[in-house]
Amino acid sequence: MEHAAQYRKKQQRRSDWLWAYVMIAPTVLGLAYFYFWPIVQTIYFSFTKWGAFGKYKWAGLDNYEKLLDDPTVWKSLGNTFVYTFLSVPVSMAISIFVAVLLNQKINGVSVYRTLYFLPVVTMPTAIAMVWKWLYHSEYGLINNLLSSFSIEGPLWINDPDIALYSLVIVAIWSTVGYNMVIFLSGLQGIPRTYYEAAQIDGAGPYRQFFRITLPLLTPTIFFVMIISMINAFQVFDIILMMIGPQNSTIDDTQSLVYLFYHHAFVVDNKGYAAAIGVILLVIILAVTIVQMRLQKKWVHYE
Amino acid sequence: MKATVGTTTRKAAIGIHLILIFGALLMVGPFLWMLLTSFKTLGEATQVPPIIFPKVFQWKNYADATVTLPFFTFYWNTIITTVAKVLGQMILCSIAAYAFARIEFPGRNVLFVFCLSVLMVPSQVYLLPQFLLIRDLGWLNSLEALIVPGLFSAFGTFLLRQFFLSLPKELEESAKLDGCNHIQIYFHIMLPLIKPGLIALAIFTALWSWNDLMWPLIVNSSPEKMTLSAGLASLQGQNMTHYPILMAGALLAILPMIVLFMFLQKQFVEGISLTGSK
Repeated sequence: MEHAAQYRKKQQRRSDWLWAYVMIAPTVLGLAYFYFWPIVQTIYFSFTKWGAFGKYKWAGLDNYEKLLDDPTVWKSLGNTFVYTFLSVPVSMAISIFVAVLLNQKINGVSVYRTLYFLPVVTMPTAIAMVWKWLYHSEYGLINNLLSSFSIEGPLWINDPDIALYSLVIVAIWSTVGYNMVIFLSGLQGIPRTYYEAAQIDGAGPYRQFFRITLPLLTPTIFFVMIISMINAFQVFDIILMMIGPQNSTIDDTQSLVYLFYHHAFVVDNKGYAAAIGVILLVIILAVTIVQMRLQKKWVHYE
Repeated sequence: MKATVGTTTRKAAIGIHLILIFGALLMVGPFLWMLLTSFKTLGEATQVPPIIFPKVFQWKNYADATVTLPFFTFYWNTIITTVAKVLGQMILCSIAAYAFARIEFPGRNVLFVFCLSVLMVPSQVYLLPQFLLIRDLGWLNSLEALIVPGLFSAFGTFLLRQFFLSLPKELEESAKLDGCNHIQIYFHIMLPLIKPGLIALAIFTALWSWNDLMWPLIVNSSPEKMTLSAGLASLQGQNMTHYPILMAGALLAILPMIVLFMFLQKQFVEGISLTGSK
């Protein structure tokens, strides 16, 4: 009797396993074929040199050695860092500020939220086009507005010293809405009683912000920071669309990913492109690991 | 005493509104300028100092944009791609996520870490061999190239697994006693309960699919198989400087997502907040 029950249980487990494998099969196989295997291949390609007709041969560390000697790589790495470490903190600061304002008891919160969120649902290609038009040195709205205050506007994306910062502005503008929505939901998770207690103790709004809001928001800040930095490291669309290969400021603005695209699909230097991809992966992993380590120092979990 | 508190908070509220309105103007300004420019003649658009409104609304710019480029083909390709990816991911990811969350089987952790590894890697790391793969399959310049790799999502599987994990264990225990198999439990009992997760996934997938640039640019170079995003890039690539037509084209490309957002605002916002808290 007991035997039979055990047997049935075993049968049941076997059938569970079978179900599980059938259910995960499409996704696991699809990911393996279209994603995981290409990842392995990229790592392999990064040690190869590509010739005509898609032939490639083992080249050892050649690509990596060339990378280290290539000033364009270092420049684009620098551009990527400037872009990321400027746009992410500024966008986060603005979005926390806006989220705190929206978390007050005021009317029209949903209207504001909608308006701030619009860039998030907008195609980066189109965003790039309109900003290119706004930045136009002669006919652009921005310089014309500046000139009505008797300020001579810069050349924006055509000035090698300013082009990268022009892109940073666009990045901030495009990401504030997304971050703000996440911060707002983080803020709504902070119990009102904390603020009431603080008010009784006579703490003003600034004190409340730095003593209650900010510490309790740190898990959300951490999440947004990780996601934003990974996204910012991969900036490509707005560089291609606003600067593009013909503009002379491309060297001052191109990111590692743009350089990857250039070598992989424009000049057909695939081994080199693969090596850039691997470097990018290593950098993103390193930055993420550092952040994970540092989080214990400043993120408050209840 | 009470009155003064009331007035200061009203003052504060006005201050808050002023700041928020200023910010909202900065956020919406580029869209308004896009809209206004799209209705101007080239002469009006390049006038210095600029004029705000066109004398006559040039609807012709929109017609011109659709003539310069096969816009309706782009729409069709983008819509098909987006719908296929959204539906495909909702089905495939939720089935896999169910198994990962609710069934114990040998190799579960290894296989799940395998999925996670794909999630952690930036797309540039697999893009190049993925392109070669599509080429070898003979899929360059086809909708398959846009759709098929996008049916599988490590992000979607991970996200929905979190939702399945949060459901109580008793659910499938009682269903099993009633003789339900896993497909029935998944479909009839669990799936309705993770609806917020499915909606969040659908929204993210739709946004990414609609707005993606690099992949469509790489795999499909013929205009018949281009998406809106790649099509706009090619419009600008032709060194076109007729800004009113460019703005009309850009507006046509972003309008569907904006309309969708307006209708599904609550779901968009909830979806994004959910991923932030999961």
